[in-house]
Amino acid sequence: MRPRFVKLSFFAFSGFLLCGLPALAQSASGATASQMTQLQTQIANAQTSGDNGWMLVSAALVLMMTGPGLALFYSGLVRKKNVLATMMQSFMMMCIVTLLWGIVGYSLAFGSGTSFIGGFQHLFLRGVGLVPDPAYAGTIPAQTYMIYQLMFAIITPALITGAFAERMKFSAMAVFLTLWSLVVYSPMAHMVWGKGGLLNAAAGGAIPCLDFAGGTVVHITSGVSALVCALYLGKRVGYPKEPTPPHSLVLSVVGACLLWVGWFGFNAGSALNAGTLATSAFVNTQFATATAALGWVAVEWWRTGKPTVLGGISGAVAGLVAITPAAGFVEPMSAFVIGALAGVFCFFMVTTVKSIFGYDDSLDAFGVHGAGGTLGAILTGVFASSAINPIFKDAKTGATLPSGVIEGNWHQLLNQFGGVAIAWGLSIVGTLILLKLVDVTIGLRVTPDEEREGLDITQHGEEGYEFVA
Amino acid sequence: MHKIEAVIQPSKLDAVKDALLEAGIEGMTILEARGHGRQKGHTEFYRGREYTVDLLPKIKIEAVVVDELLDKAIDAILSSARTGKIGDGKIFVTKIDEAIRIRNDERGASAL
Repeated sequence: MRPRFVKLSFFAFSGFLLCGLPALAQSASGATASQMTQLQTQIANAQTSGDNGWMLVSAALVLMMTGPGLALFYSGLVRKKNVLATMMQSFMMMCIVTLLWGIVGYSLAFGSGTSFIGGFQHLFLRGVGLVPDPAYAGTIPAQTYMIYQLMFAIITPALITGAFAERMKFSAMAVFLTLWSLVVYSPMAHMVWGKGGLLNAAAGGAIPCLDFAGGTVVHITSGVSALVCALYLGKRVGYPKEPTPPHSLVLSVVGACLLWVGWFGFNAGSALNAGTLATSAFVNTQFATATAALGWVAVEWWRTGKPTVLGGISGAVAGLVAITPAAGFVEPMSAFVIGALAGVFCFFMVTTVKSIFGYDDSLDAFGVHGAGGTLGAILTGVFASSAINPIFKDAKTGATLPSGVIEGNWHQLLNQFGGVAIAWGLSIVGTLILLKLVDVTIGLRVTPDEEREGLDITQHGEEGYEFVA
Repeated sequence: MHKIEAVIQPSKLDAVKDALLEAGIEGMTILEARGHGRQKGHTEFYRGREYTVDLLPKIKIEAVVVDELLDKAIDAILSSARTGKIGDGKIFVTKIDEAIRIRNDERGASAL
């Protein structure tokens, strides 16, 4: 078979040459140049199709994290009388933040402005069309980037709802989180990912902080704001004397698993294309999550005598949180380490630390997202590898510079601490001011009677589980 | 006529139900219940927080029987529901004045 094939190809090739020669002679450079351009366009289109396909799927996956993922995870952890109100808080973020994002949120986060916040040039999505914005992602339509980023803007305030679950007025929640999205989220997203942002490592920010998918932007801001909410609102009626056990861990397990799957869109999607970096982030996400769940369960088994289901899913979420900033920067074996540390660290935060200080962070939004996000942001500075993501380049030679501490770049740890400090500071100050504002205007908490009766009936006039059916 | 109310371990429901049917008891009502007697509760852990659960899941069986079947029914429950440990439950017996079948207004023992 083989010699015959060679022979045939030889004839075919000669034929091609003979036929092609006269044409080439006639308009040699013209034909090839236009063919080249055509080819380049086709390649670019093909890449756009591939990247855009992955990014649209990723955007949908990240939305799935909020609803039903987070809605189920959180609502299973509350008492029966608050199941709908808790779901409603996540669900409303899917609607309110979308509106906000289209009008002004995206512009404030990703428009060009100062080092701290974007401008108003993309108000009502002006100039955000189907042509790529090379400053962010050169191969996908600017609207794909915008809608992908929207899903992050949705889940971040929704995460905070875990801290004030079972006691905040629906109206107060809606107003507070609307304002929070503009005052805390948009500036933080701008600083880390926006054009000219202070912490933007990819675009030469003054303090280049590595945050691949939102360790500072999403998890520190939501987690720290959650802590401020828990402290400002105070404890639930009867806490911690009266028991407040989760009413359905079944819902929570389903929710946590949806979060896990959705997180591939969150982390691997943050590569902003369907290339090799997405694979790195995907693998790291899986590795860190599994080890964090094992870490939490192991330490819990040792401390309290039983490996719990809630421990397993809480550990998984802690791992997902901690790997978020590191996903596109570290090697898979580093992801194992980050995951294991996150599982153990967050376990102690939600058990020992919470009981020492006595705050009522109802669903541990701070203990998991604030603590896990901070740990992850710092560990990213330790484990970042230029082999995975050559983010720092020498300005003159273009040579790749070391990324994290394991490559000898100790200075990066300082940058990471800088990013963490700014995220903590903005969250504390912004949240305090907004809570105060909402407190004096419409009031934050439901009355104690309403709290005892439950938010489902008093806020929404519905019940999650009807007796007669 | 007597009403037997038996609070038993949930895991013993099938055994008790079969024993009652064998003893000739044809109708019964089963309720999922929570309660405790002398048995202490158990502890549950949620994110390290310890909860003492003293109202434990139980099954309550209600059956109204004719006087001739009463002892047989009690024996059936005793032999099928007993594990010998604290928490096996209790049987209460009360006199019943009347039984009425809703479908056809039958009264007394024939309504059972």
